[in-house]
Amino acid sequence: MSRSELLAADGAATAALIASGEASANEVLDFWLERAGSDALNGYLWRADRESARRGVAADGPLAGVPLAIKDIFCTEGVPTTAASRMLETYVPPYTATAVGRVAGAGMPMLGKTNMDEFAMGSSNENSAFGPSLNPWDHERVPGGSSGGSAAVVAGGLAPWALGTDTGGSIRQPAGFCGIVGLKPTYGSISRFGMIAFASSLDQCGPLTRSVTDAALLLDVLQGRDRMDSTSVGIEGGIARPSAERLDGLTFGVPRGLIGEGIEGGVLARFEETLLKIADLGGTIADIELPHAGHAISAYYVLAPAEASTNLSRYDGVRYGLRASDEDLLSMYEVTREEGFGPEVKRRIMLGTYALSSGYYDAYYGRAQRVRTRIVEDFDRAFGDVDFVVTPTSPTVAFRLGEKTEDPWAMYQSDLFTVPMSLAGIPAISIPAGLARPDGGGPELPVGFQIAAPAFAEQRLLDASFALEGAIGFDGTAALEGGVA
Amino acid sequence: MSTEYEAVIGLEIHVQLSTRTKMFCGCELSFGDDPNVHTCPICLAHPGVLPVPNEEAVFYALQIGAALDCELSPISSFDRKNYFYPDNPKAYQITQAARPFAVDGRLGDVRIHHAHLEEDAAKTIHTGGAGRIAGSDASLVDFNRGGTPLVEIVTEPDLKSGAQVREWGQLLRATIKQLGVSDVNMEEGSLRCDANISIRPAGSDELGTKTELKNMNSFRFIERGIEAEIARQKEIVAAGGEVVQETLHFDPASGELHSLRSKEEAHDYRYLPEPDLVPVVPTQELLDRARGSLPELPAARAQRYEEMGVSEQAALLLAFETEWAEFFEGVLDAGDAIEPRVAANWVTGEFAAELRKQDDQPLAESKVDPAGLATLIGLVAAKKISHGAGKTVLEAMVAEGSDPEAVVAEKGLEQISDTGELEKIVVQAIEDNPKPAEQVRSGNEKAIGALVGAVMKATQGRADGGEVNRLLRRHLGL
Amino acid sequence: MIEREQVLHVARLSRLRLSETEIDTLAGELSSILDHVDKLAEVDIEGVEPTSHVVPLENVLRPDEPRPSLDRDVALSQAPDPADGAFRVPSPQAES
Repeated sequence: MSRSELLAADGAATAALIASGEASANEVLDFWLERAGSDALNGYLWRADRESARRGVAADGPLAGVPLAIKDIFCTEGVPTTAASRMLETYVPPYTATAVGRVAGAGMPMLGKTNMDEFAMGSSNENSAFGPSLNPWDHERVPGGSSGGSAAVVAGGLAPWALGTDTGGSIRQPAGFCGIVGLKPTYGSISRFGMIAFASSLDQCGPLTRSVTDAALLLDVLQGRDRMDSTSVGIEGGIARPSAERLDGLTFGVPRGLIGEGIEGGVLARFEETLLKIADLGGTIADIELPHAGHAISAYYVLAPAEASTNLSRYDGVRYGLRASDEDLLSMYEVTREEGFGPEVKRRIMLGTYALSSGYYDAYYGRAQRVRTRIVEDFDRAFGDVDFVVTPTSPTVAFRLGEKTEDPWAMYQSDLFTVPMSLAGIPAISIPAGLARPDGGGPELPVGFQIAAPAFAEQRLLDASFALEGAIGFDGTAALEGGVA
Repeated sequence: MSTEYEAVIGLEIHVQLSTRTKMFCGCELSFGDDPNVHTCPICLAHPGVLPVPNEEAVFYALQIGAALDCELSPISSFDRKNYFYPDNPKAYQITQAARPFAVDGRLGDVRIHHAHLEEDAAKTIHTGGAGRIAGSDASLVDFNRGGTPLVEIVTEPDLKSGAQVREWGQLLRATIKQLGVSDVNMEEGSLRCDANISIRPAGSDELGTKTELKNMNSFRFIERGIEAEIARQKEIVAAGGEVVQETLHFDPASGELHSLRSKEEAHDYRYLPEPDLVPVVPTQELLDRARGSLPELPAARAQRYEEMGVSEQAALLLAFETEWAEFFEGVLDAGDAIEPRVAANWVTGEFAAELRKQDDQPLAESKVDPAGLATLIGLVAAKKISHGAGKTVLEAMVAEGSDPEAVVAEKGLEQISDTGELEKIVVQAIEDNPKPAEQVRSGNEKAIGALVGAVMKATQGRADGGEVNRLLRRHLGL
Repeated sequence: MIEREQVLHVARLSRLRLSETEIDTLAGELSSILDHVDKLAEVDIEGVEPTSHVVPLENVLRPDEPRPSLDRDVALSQAPDPADGAFRVPSPQAES
């Protein structure tokens, strides 16, 4: 197999090559390890070698031999897991996350652990304690976040596919910025055991891939009830390879009220074009209302930090990770946490603690939970009329490094379209819709198109996305060399 | 004019459940093992771990709720209680704040506000610096205990004195012990009791400022501690001062109360619903099983015995100790028409004392069986042997496991029941002891003792004391 | 507007020893975020139940069966200050 053929093969194609004997598992692994080794995007925080890549990995399996990159938020026994934080810089877990166990059980070697925003808090990967990851389309721009490293390595030809996590858009938004596919499945479909918690009622594992088929293949391996996670249910019936070519009889709802100010011209243009393609495939477009979705960011930035503030309290210098002071108990706590956490994490811990504190719970956390209910109801109502809800994935294309770091709220606004689905717990996918220039001028950069479906309707979602993907015909190969030094 | 003050006391009792594994992970429960040999990523609060509740702990909790006559909640859920301390690895404890599994119960005179499930903290051992917490060099944390299932029982402030707390506490302990869901051993820490104490003018409805008394490991110490605290509060108020909210520890050795920490800097626990756990909705089948599985509990058992005629004291003693209650009931079953009152007195009195006397024999290992004791009691009741002789027989039974009738025969302990024969001896005794006889005839009834003694000597103790007395009095003209 | 005193209080609750600069910056940032978040007050939530869980599960329990614990060496392997088979931590400061 030639190197360019190996590079061009996505997960499904690689699996087929190995299964048919056209390429050997060793050949494939060596190829990708070498690619990962020339990481110019700071996409990897840790890279495997041949031996460590295969440790604990089944020899056979449906996707045997196709290597995978794993966001450094998943605990991997014996392999450093940092969540891109100084707090866990030296942490080596004594156990492995269920999701990782499943991909290993399917025969997928681990290429490495990818960069991310610290503790999954961010939309640009600029909050990593180990430097930002870069967008393969333009090294001066962000790949998105928090699964920035995973998106970058897949788009930049440093891994065929990757695992990420999505809490408010952290798979979909970077997928959109990097021109690849990113899926956030229904909350509860994939086990969270071993996935370092940010916001427990929102976090979900999901695939970042070059194709919708790849996302489906990974989802099928990952999903399932796990007795180590009380909130996991799996997806009944599993996931089959998508095969639809048309969208006849399906309705796609557009929440026009949400799509207004702050959206770049190019993004809007690609969005409208994609709607036309849906129509060409036989789908119907309808206007819908999600009356409370405009409050989603506010609700999210109360709920997520609140849950994060308690989830991150265990990082205290006692049992593992950083201990920055031994002077007395209070100093151990305060100095360790002051030095171990970056500014965004501290900001969210403070915000979350405030929202839960005595006298403020009802006005903030309590209220945000009720607004969440309203948003759940909005989607329930919408899905009574339409099969899917569609939006641009983000209001903008990938922005420049440093562009939004001054104003936290401006950064939070990037999640405008993705957060409502997270709050409702419903599945949503981002597929590349084309390229566009940013409003202020610049290179052509990927634009993501988001499709959301009712809870546990992943099969229909993937089928529809597959059909649309075919019609769009996005070509991301230009970026595949953007990852190597 | 001085105001009379009354004490108002509420209790928070923590019961460690005797399940095999911890509340939220599969580590085994233990006591006294080497530190940190029963831990896992979950109870060590590693990044990424999640809790899954122990179904047996939930069932035990429902049984406790049923035993305390509580309403068992149709939906209960878990919450996070946030605070930083080395023995609290997640820096939050998973507990039940908003919707506990049981509410509105009662045990004896005391109403139960609610009972909830939670996980125990780990153990911190303070090293260095002469045992004081502050000023010592370091602490060592052992996570074996961390995660043990606890049921916390909170009473209404219905208790009024240290003595009542001790008695009620003992009833609660016996009740939970009867269920078999906990060792309820205060010294080992499987039962812990904290008291909230305040005082108010007698008859008032308002509640005064309360203090909290913690860390005492016996109900007797709790009683003394509470009494000391009530006295302290009364003194303060009598001097015109105000009671300050604080946490106290009672040192039984010195009888002094020490402040542990001021409650002014009260924790802000920032409770929120536990997102990693889903609600518990007990099925009717489960609730029926919990209620149906209750054995006869001590309070009910004591009442049943009292209704049979057993003395209150003996009824309580038996009801609090299942083994003894079963022995007692065995005696009743074996003997023909044995009076329960009499049987209870023999079991809790003479028999218990004899076991203690003979090297503190545990009941379970005793050579005496209920049927044997029933026979002995029957012999005494029928006046075939005197009560005193009965004790002698009992001694042999406890020591050797001997058959009571055989011992009576062997030692010649049959009571003289022939009134004619006895009367002859009585008359002889009066003749032989003219002085005491004269004293009795002239009004000094106490002198009859010497004559009774003479008769007993002549009969080698085999006379029925009551009968001897009756005959003497007749022959002395009383 | 979140005052400096409140920031200090929340920092204490969170066990963060913020620098002076951080306190000022956070006061500003949190105030700004809360200004946006306060718009939640505009939403009509009359009679609406809070959503604690989006997945409608109940009674997810596990049997009371032991699972292997970690070897103590492994449990302590990550500890910043292991001692005598335990996790050593500094004592609380003496209260004055």
